[in-house]
Amino acid sequence: MSITKEDVKYIAALARIDVPEDKLEGFTKSLGGIVQYVEKLQELDVAHVKPTSHAVPVGNVLRPDIIKPSLTNKEALAIAVEAKDGSFKVPLVIE
Amino acid sequence: MSPHQLTSHALLDLFKSRQITPAEAYADVVNRIKTIDPKVKAYVHMAQGEPDFNGAIPVPIAIKDNLCTKGEEITCASRILKGFRSPYDAGVIEKVKKSGGAILGIVNMDEFAFGSSCETSCYGPTFNPWDLKCVPGGSSGGSAAAVAADEAMWALGSDTGGSIRQPASFCGIVGLKPTYGRVSRYGLIAFASSLDQIGPLTKDVRDCALLMNIISGYDDRDSTSVNEPVPDYTKALVNDVRGLKIGIPKEAFVDGLDPEVRRAVEDALNLLKKLGAVIKEVSLPHTPYAVATYYIVATAEASSNLARFDGVRYGLRVQPKSVRKNALVDMYEETRSQGFGDEAKRRIMLGTYALSSGYYDAYYLRGQKVRTLIKNDLDEVFKDCDVIMTPTSPTVAFKVGEKLSDPLSMYLSDIYTIPANLAGIPAISVPCGFAKSGLPIGLQLMGKAFDEEMLLRVSYTYEQNTEWHLKKPNL
Repeated sequence: MSITKEDVKYIAALARIDVPEDKLEGFTKSLGGIVQYVEKLQELDVAHVKPTSHAVPVGNVLRPDIIKPSLTNKEALAIAVEAKDGSFKVPLVIE
Repeated sequence: MSPHQLTSHALLDLFKSRQITPAEAYADVVNRIKTIDPKVKAYVHMAQGEPDFNGAIPVPIAIKDNLCTKGEEITCASRILKGFRSPYDAGVIEKVKKSGGAILGIVNMDEFAFGSSCETSCYGPTFNPWDLKCVPGGSSGGSAAAVAADEAMWALGSDTGGSIRQPASFCGIVGLKPTYGRVSRYGLIAFASSLDQIGPLTKDVRDCALLMNIISGYDDRDSTSVNEPVPDYTKALVNDVRGLKIGIPKEAFVDGLDPEVRRAVEDALNLLKKLGAVIKEVSLPHTPYAVATYYIVATAEASSNLARFDGVRYGLRVQPKSVRKNALVDMYEETRSQGFGDEAKRRIMLGTYALSSGYYDAYYLRGQKVRTLIKNDLDEVFKDCDVIMTPTSPTVAFKVGEKLSDPLSMYLSDIYTIPANLAGIPAISVPCGFAKSGLPIGLQLMGKAFDEEMLLRVSYTYEQNTEWHLKKPNL
């Protein structure tokens, strides 16, 4: 399995990263090398192995639905790049 | 001896006998930072304001740049978080402050903890106090270098695949990755949520136990935090390994292991044997697959975790001049492209690839299944061993720039440390000698889940019978 420049462009678009033309070759090469390395996982027979998503087996962790003190609107927006009317402001999405 | 040269427990003794005040000790360490840090570059910035020293353990501490600390700029050494001043304290920071901990400043790391050398930081590299031409290891390279250079009494770091233990080894200090769930991750900026764990970097094993006492414990704000009782870890500091079983995986002593590192670890093994430990050769047959498994699982989780850095709420926002797709998508892409460094982009893309439609089963799902095999290997060995011993890293610290252009060779430097993260078990690195070049060597001990005490006991015994931890770099 090798990675092409087209693959990198596709993955970059999924990841919302813009890879300029002059960096495409480098990323294709380094990602290709790593993907080739992880191919070794295909050597193992894992047909009857259960996947581990978490080292410590924990189920759903629930808590009582009680309101606790948290950041105020003002405190939360103090870190905002841009804020308006108590909300985070973003560029216009729908014309 | 100046206060900054002491261990934290020695400094606490001086506080108790009123030979020095916490404020004087703090000023002494700050002065040390001013003198030495222009060479080492461990700190990214000093803390805002003076601490109040109000608590039982008012020891000066350095904090890794991914632990939210109220009022401080916390950036994960990434341009994308420039200007993010944390509005709250992480769980561990609350605990440190409650204990009286005096925060000195925020220390350097690889960008988003993506690296083993501290070179991918947007602030530039940190240098190894033992040889300024070498890396301090990573990703908690700033934490390790600060402690090794006496620029902090101790430090907090985080470990996803070896990020506490490998820099501790490279810098000749003690570093512990606790059991997954032992320490709250609330307020730790996530890299790979199923692997990340916060832990101490200290000058000796007693300090490690003391700092574990401060930071351990359940926190309902981290749903993966485990509600197990926290022992007094200093009680585990027993100078006795008689009858304890130490497993030595035969897979650990293979090609690629530096002969000097091998010899130092074998010497340590012989010493522990002389002190009464029982040495057992064991096998972890799936460890050769650990690095590949890790780079699937960790990057997949990272690509998802780092999706939140999009310029919408905090940190960097860049709006391109011309419209490409639409104003919002253009902003996401421009912000992320300018905000992330190349290694961060590479890992996000690798994780995105492993999770993408058509590749999920072949990569991510398979990686999780091999993770099970690696965990089973360890479970099997621990049925008849108290600890497993390996080198922490196959080599001593490498030169700055040496591995930066070859990501895969950088990834392979985590070969011994990754299995503990995949299995969620605790592991510690302790100094076990020096190479001819003068660079420190570390040995790793892995233990059963929630048995940090056994790791501390064996490392304490080793330390009490050696003098490696007393050596200081010549700066």
